[in-house]
Amino acid sequence: MTERAPPGGGGFDISRAWTDERARGVIFQILIVLGVAGLAAFIVMNTITNLREAGLSSGYGFLFDTANFDINQRLLDYASTSTYGQAFVVGALNTVLVAVMGIIAATVIGFVTGVLRLSNNFLISRIVGVWVEFTRNVPVLLQIIFWWLIMLALPRVKDSISIGDAAFLNNRGIFLPSPIFEDGSAIVLAMILVGVIGAVLVGRWARKRQEATGRTFPVGWVGLGLIVGIPVVIYFALGQPLDFDIPEKKRFNLKGGFNITPELIALWLALSTYTGAFISEIVRGGILSVSKGQTEAAGALGLRRGLTMRKIILPQALRVIIPPMTSQYLNLTKNSSLAVAIGYQDIVSIGDTILNQSGQALEVISLYMAFYLVLSLLTSAFMNWYNKRIALVER
Amino acid sequence: MTKHAFHRSRAEMLSERPPPIASRGVIGWLRANLFSNYLSAALTVGSIAVIALIVPGLIEWAFIDATLTGEIGKDCPSEGACWAWLDQRITQFFYGFYPPDAYWRVNVCIALLVPALAYMLFDKLPYSRYGRWFSLAYPVIAAILLVGGLGLEVVRTDQFGGFMLNLIAGLVGIVLSLPIGILLALGRRSRMPIVRMFSIGFIEFIRGVPLITLLFVAIILLPLFLPPQVTLDQLIRVMIIITVFASAYMAEVIRGGLQAIPQGQYEAGQAMGLGYWQSMRLIILPQALKISIPGIVNTFIGLFKDTTLVIIIGLFDILGQARLLQTNPDWLGKVDYETFLLAALFFFVICFSMSRYSLNLEKRLDTTRR
Repeated sequence: MTERAPPGGGGFDISRAWTDERARGVIFQILIVLGVAGLAAFIVMNTITNLREAGLSSGYGFLFDTANFDINQRLLDYASTSTYGQAFVVGALNTVLVAVMGIIAATVIGFVTGVLRLSNNFLISRIVGVWVEFTRNVPVLLQIIFWWLIMLALPRVKDSISIGDAAFLNNRGIFLPSPIFEDGSAIVLAMILVGVIGAVLVGRWARKRQEATGRTFPVGWVGLGLIVGIPVVIYFALGQPLDFDIPEKKRFNLKGGFNITPELIALWLALSTYTGAFISEIVRGGILSVSKGQTEAAGALGLRRGLTMRKIILPQALRVIIPPMTSQYLNLTKNSSLAVAIGYQDIVSIGDTILNQSGQALEVISLYMAFYLVLSLLTSAFMNWYNKRIALVER
Repeated sequence: MTKHAFHRSRAEMLSERPPPIASRGVIGWLRANLFSNYLSAALTVGSIAVIALIVPGLIEWAFIDATLTGEIGKDCPSEGACWAWLDQRITQFFYGFYPPDAYWRVNVCIALLVPALAYMLFDKLPYSRYGRWFSLAYPVIAAILLVGGLGLEVVRTDQFGGFMLNLIAGLVGIVLSLPIGILLALGRRSRMPIVRMFSIGFIEFIRGVPLITLLFVAIILLPLFLPPQVTLDQLIRVMIIITVFASAYMAEVIRGGLQAIPQGQYEAGQAMGLGYWQSMRLIILPQALKISIPGIVNTFIGLFKDTTLVIIIGLFDILGQARLLQTNPDWLGKVDYETFLLAALFFFVICFSMSRYSLNLEKRLDTTRR
């Protein structure tokens, strides 16, 4: 669209400003800037007055004060003597933890159910369809609390459901053996890393060779050997340098091991099934968007159904699937803030506790908003990068 | 050579024969749809096992073993669902703490909603000239009926609750978020850099943070931002936030629609001598909104489900009423699943019908791809 030239060959006539589109635009924008600036000034003035009257100080200095509350699900060392700042970091990591777990599970659930819904098996496609519609159309908050109630209705500690007396499930969550790393375990971990790198390199080489000569290479088996086989051999050669701290059943609680709280499990189940149902629809739409001729062409080439799906349909469907998937991942991350309803200590929930203790409402809310904004930007940036990578390269 | 070929063909047509027994009728259907290969057969057996495991147990729990009468939770034996609370509490599930002798006002509101919506959505209705005015006046009528005034007894908004609260917050959000979303979408594509900048900043900020943090802003920070003598009703604050939140998502959906309109349509508008707003109203938006219908309805559905978040800031919507009953000492541990099942059904019915309606509308408005 081209700008309309001002009347009179570029000369500016103030009396005719209102009939000139560009001048009108400038005036309108100046008014908007003034309006927004006025509103901002109004809010800032009010806030300063209100804070002064309430005798509250502002600033982020409170982050170095002692927190005085406990966090039972944590990835870092934290005690009630730690600072508010540390509590925030623990909360942020808890949000990231449930978001990453949820994204992985939701993707798996979504892909499996999306493919199953298109299966020509009448029964399974109907069952999946009913599940998807029900899960999608019920508020996620209700589902989170529902799963939480189920977790709390599990047997008490003394009647725990146990798997081989090593892992326990009860109304305090899941108790798993936690690994204790002894001397030499670092070598094993390093070997796993080396194995992963080796497998990637072998995969690249195999693909190049197949493109050049058409000969295939059993990448899967070799990769498995590199990632699992060699480290296992070294593990035994070094005399099993890894020990496990197995949870032990006491009268009222389980001692030792690694505990996953019922809140985390409930939140994880609810978020991954809810988002999984949405992803299922996206995957279904993506697969349907690949024309039937592609399936028939694959059939004509003699590819089996599984191979057709993996090599022909999914790569093309992914181009349709990835963009809406990004917003689902973002939604899942943002929905994890509903943890506050069941007391999973994510960043919002911990922020709430800090807010109630310190009264620093403005600072606390600004902190977790900034956290979510950064998280959203990072996720979109990553997904945009991935989307570019798999996008159709037009010749 | 030709003689040889003649030997191979028949002189007369054979009559049609039925397909083999294994590919027709019930057996054929079963083979094609349930047992087409090993995997399919395994899935079928698995599905039947899951159904056999869940459905009879669920029916037994919900209906056969269920208790329908009783005063408190103890009247319900532990097996089977406890529906005894329905009798005393179903009105609270729907109306919250609204005064019972004023329930009729809510009912009238809902009854009037049907023609108000109908006159907005459909063109060819009798008396549509007056009907349009009625649709426009409906929000005012509804507000007076619900809150009171003009001779009606005043009901405080903190007495609002139950499913009625979800419906009110959802409807207000739906009605207001569409126009605001359109303005934001147009702003984002505006040629005025400052308008564009503010629109992008607003949309991306709102979409980047969870709704719950915005609700906290409305509840905790808003009093800080306003002069002490100004107080804003909590329900109104919540509705503003829900509307603002949905508007940002709506703006992105509509932007998608706007982007899909070919440049030629904009140029055609200019060529006809239409101004910006005229060409938007008459040419661009009708097409863009039509393309965006699925996304718009999905945003509506999301907004409606998001109204349940109000329980986190202390309002008692239908989920809040369910929680209230679950934690009531009289009913403790007896009605956890029953109350949630009912609440889930309320939402499912409305959201599912909305999504079906949008599919229907999409098909009806699809004039291009025939």
